[in-house]
Amino acid sequence: MSDHDHAVDGAEPHESSASILTYSVGLGLAILATIASFVVSQTNLLWPPGVPMGLVVLAFAQIGVHLVFFLHLGSGPDNTNNILALAFGLFIVFLVIAGSVWIIANLNANMMPMTH
Amino acid sequence: MTTAVSEAPNVEFVHRPDADGPAPTRIVVAYGFWIFLLSDFIMFSGLFATYAVLSGETAGGPTARELFNLRHVFIETMCLLFSSYTCGLGMLSAVRQHRDRFLVFAALTFVLGAAFLFIEITEFAGMVARGAAPSRSAFLSSFFALVGMHGAHVTTGLVWLTYMVAQAVFKGLRPDVIRRLFCFSLFWHALDIIWVGVLTLVYLMGAR
Repeated sequence: MSDHDHAVDGAEPHESSASILTYSVGLGLAILATIASFVVSQTNLLWPPGVPMGLVVLAFAQIGVHLVFFLHLGSGPDNTNNILALAFGLFIVFLVIAGSVWIIANLNANMMPMTH
Repeated sequence: MTTAVSEAPNVEFVHRPDADGPAPTRIVVAYGFWIFLLSDFIMFSGLFATYAVLSGETAGGPTARELFNLRHVFIETMCLLFSSYTCGLGMLSAVRQHRDRFLVFAALTFVLGAAFLFIEITEFAGMVARGAAPSRSAFLSSFFALVGMHGAHVTTGLVWLTYMVAQAVFKGLRPDVIRRLFCFSLFWHALDIIWVGVLTLVYLMGAR
């Protein structure tokens, strides 16, 4: 198979970064992160109170792998706008999730005891 | 890539890093679709927040630990990961105008996505049959809303993939079809990112 027979040259938005190798490396790393998550959650390899934090770290690592190897978000000039939009999106996602959990936990802690 | 400029069939696709003027359509289209995906993530963040708040409110009904079968979840995860991989390889084949290879990878992507959906629907049906329906508790309502919304996205993706295969067959792998295919692959990969969140928050943390 030849790498030089692309008739629609440059149609792949990130021609230089997308190849079978990138996808294969991404798949390998994603599978590793998934297996690590299952192992961490099902064994006592990690200090038990630290398991949720370990799972969150592994999830972020895997999301990073997906973004770089599958979605091809890189540091190239074509990508500046995409990265900025992603940063804003992550900011809103963080506000919604962390804000909801924080506020509802606070309300829950201040609830009057139920009588029934 | 600049050496191939003179052979390019469409000026729009030529990469000009230093040129002034509007960005090529492929970059604008990908950016617009990326904005849509981020808005989809924000919609999902509402469902994630709901689940995070309500996951302990089982109202005396079944808990996460009793309900989830991690072996099935692992198979589901692998189905999604490998379908993302075949989707990416299919994109590469489409860009290189290898239509037959693209069709094979598209079929693999479809089969893996359908396998994921099949396991998920079987799981849901089993839960409802055991009395763990969405109406049982706040935990189950938020569980079915979050995981079901991801499943609905996968279903949409399968319909879209079928449509894109039809376009590739009847219209050929033209530049506009390639752009649509690229949007589809972004969508499909984004579903994997959502699934990482579902897997971690719902299944792995819930089943401990």
